[in-house]
Amino acid sequence: MEENKIFTISVYSENNVGLLNRISGIFLKRHINILSLNVSESEIENVSRFIIVVKTTEKWVQNIVGQIEKQIEVIKAFYHIDEETIFLESAIFKIESSLLFDERQIQNIIKESHSEIVTVSRDFFVISKSGKRSEINDLYDKLKPFGIMQFVRSGRISVSKEKMEVTTLLEEL
Amino acid sequence: MKNNKISGAEAVIRCLLEEGVDLVYGYPGGAIMPVYDELYKFKDELHHVLVRHEQGATHAAQGYARSTGKVGVAIATSGPGATNLVTGIADAQIDSTPMVCITGQVGKHLLGSDAFQETDIIGISTPVTKWNYQITEASEIPEIIAKAFYIARTGRPGPVLIDITKNAQFDSMEFSYKKCTGIRSYTPKPTLNLEKVAAAAELINNAKKPYIIFGQGIILGEAEAELKALVEKSGIPAAWTILGLSALPTDHPLNVGMLGMHGNYGPNLLTNECDVLIALGMRFDDRVTGNLATYAKQAKVIHFEIDPAEVDKNVKTTVAVLADVKESLQALIPLIESKTHDAWHNKFKEKYKIEFNAVINEELTPTNGGISMGETMEMINKHSKGDAIIVSDVGQHQMFACRYAKFNSTKSNITSGGLGTMGFALPAAIGAKMGRPDREVVAIIGDGGFQMTIQELGTIFQTKVPVKIVVLNNEFLGMVRQWQELFFDSRYASTVMTNPNFVAIAEGYHIKSKKVTKREDLDGAVAEMLASKESYFLEVMVEKENNVFPMIPTGASVSEMRLS
Repeated sequence: MEENKIFTISVYSENNVGLLNRISGIFLKRHINILSLNVSESEIENVSRFIIVVKTTEKWVQNIVGQIEKQIEVIKAFYHIDEETIFLESAIFKIESSLLFDERQIQNIIKESHSEIVTVSRDFFVISKSGKRSEINDLYDKLKPFGIMQFVRSGRISVSKEKMEVTTLLEEL
Repeated sequence: MKNNKISGAEAVIRCLLEEGVDLVYGYPGGAIMPVYDELYKFKDELHHVLVRHEQGATHAAQGYARSTGKVGVAIATSGPGATNLVTGIADAQIDSTPMVCITGQVGKHLLGSDAFQETDIIGISTPVTKWNYQITEASEIPEIIAKAFYIARTGRPGPVLIDITKNAQFDSMEFSYKKCTGIRSYTPKPTLNLEKVAAAAELINNAKKPYIIFGQGIILGEAEAELKALVEKSGIPAAWTILGLSALPTDHPLNVGMLGMHGNYGPNLLTNECDVLIALGMRFDDRVTGNLATYAKQAKVIHFEIDPAEVDKNVKTTVAVLADVKESLQALIPLIESKTHDAWHNKFKEKYKIEFNAVINEELTPTNGGISMGETMEMINKHSKGDAIIVSDVGQHQMFACRYAKFNSTKSNITSGGLGTMGFALPAAIGAKMGRPDREVVAIIGDGGFQMTIQELGTIFQTKVPVKIVVLNNEFLGMVRQWQELFFDSRYASTVMTNPNFVAIAEGYHIKSKKVTKREDLDGAVAEMLASKESYFLEVMVEKENNVFPMIPTGASVSEMRLS
């Protein structure tokens, strides 16, 4: 049996109604769970970029990428392993404001983690942190003992280490 | 300035006419009524066939598409009308049949309100369509329908569904039509790489035991002449998948027969003896390959394929030639050395002899028991002389039809291959006959599948389409019964059929009918059926517990094919 690995699948597509359903259906049909999904406008107008993270075998990921690329409104699809990409995710933490003054250590944690204070109000303050999953988990673990009012993390976004010709390809469109 | 404004519904009809459509299958209902009103006005230019269930519309459109190579069209209303299309759409998707389905939808302002007969047919049909789209504005109609036909027929063909909200059918719009010639995100066929062709030619020319296996890609790509030329020049034995059947005449000396689970003995066994396996327009379906771990492991595999997602999907290739198969074969043939492979070809003949003695002889000329399905097919061959289009349903009779039917020309074997849809044949035969009125069309159906779309006898009666219907009645769901016998200790769970008087039903629809129970009556009945100028229903009572052999049990290797 081939080993399961984390793969990042990038898809460039037209920005059309229903395409997310069509793409997610390809995973559904193969009983593969999506670990993380980010869909946003790409550098090209009207072209969307999906970044999908899955844990599966290379054979399956090839099959999936082939099926994704076959969809009429998909322009191009790729897959990479973690070593081939620079990737990060973002997280937002909401914490009670009083803690910022009562627990001096929090200020150190924020400083050391290179996270950013987004806003401070009378009741709560919000910090954001972008980075690897492990860095965000680390920050979460450190803040948790003080009490976190809310926590949310985004899907993965990534760029490949190799020069991708996709931008020129897309520009030709 | 001339006012060009027409309703969206009229635009739909004009688009169909622009695409050369002269025949559509459908069933009216609330959300598609504006389109039907226009069909009434355009009835001299665009013929609409009223089926008895929307599933029948899709299968008829499929039969039409498979017999003509043109795009089949099916129309239905929203809600249940649309969901009833789904089986046919899934069938067309897995068998790469070009089809455009048009469904009505509730008005745009009602979308998402759970309105009467509202269903999310776009969501439902997404996994089984090549493309689908919901039109909510009349102005979108021409461009989207042009795209629908372009997508359905180009590249690897497939079904497209266009859902049109009622307001878009009623609203008026400025009509102008431009055929679609390209979509930026869609490459219908990969560009042929001549280096790959040269690599393939080298492998073929150096092969000692080369073997061609071909599929429906030959028919869809209209590469029958190229296939024949390649086979004859190279002297390579060629076998077919059931959807490839009829691409090469069945009596061609190098046509060695059928691949797969119930295919011929030699073609399966020798897959594991060839040194170069040349796959043309086929996708290594599991029914063809059996256990992949033991499939053609000794061979170098060359795959000629239009769909990049099929390459290396099931079988690892040595050389993949990605292109339209007609183009790639045209490039290949001049590079191929003229040869014969007599010793290798003789191996197929030897295996055929074994199969003939163990299975075929008794099947075609039974010495005892009731009428066999094989001898019925042989009788049809005798009277049709291999010139008929055979439309088979799904089950034992389908395997007998594909194993024993003779074909002289292409696009003549129409069956539900990938999806295995019982109920396919009767409506598909209607479409096939309407597409090719010059051809004899014979539907071969089991007593189970017949009752899944039996209501289409009404369509036959109303349209007077002269299709010939043969029901091979063993009073069983025969294929499931065979598996129960072989793998479930003959526990016949829900496979016994208590059937109605089929002849009385057919006669109820005023279709000429006959029932045959004795061997000596078969010849005359088949002759009478094929001589009939009108539709004809022939029920043949066949031996109840005959099995289809040879057989590759599920999970076994092609080299482990059983003769009994």
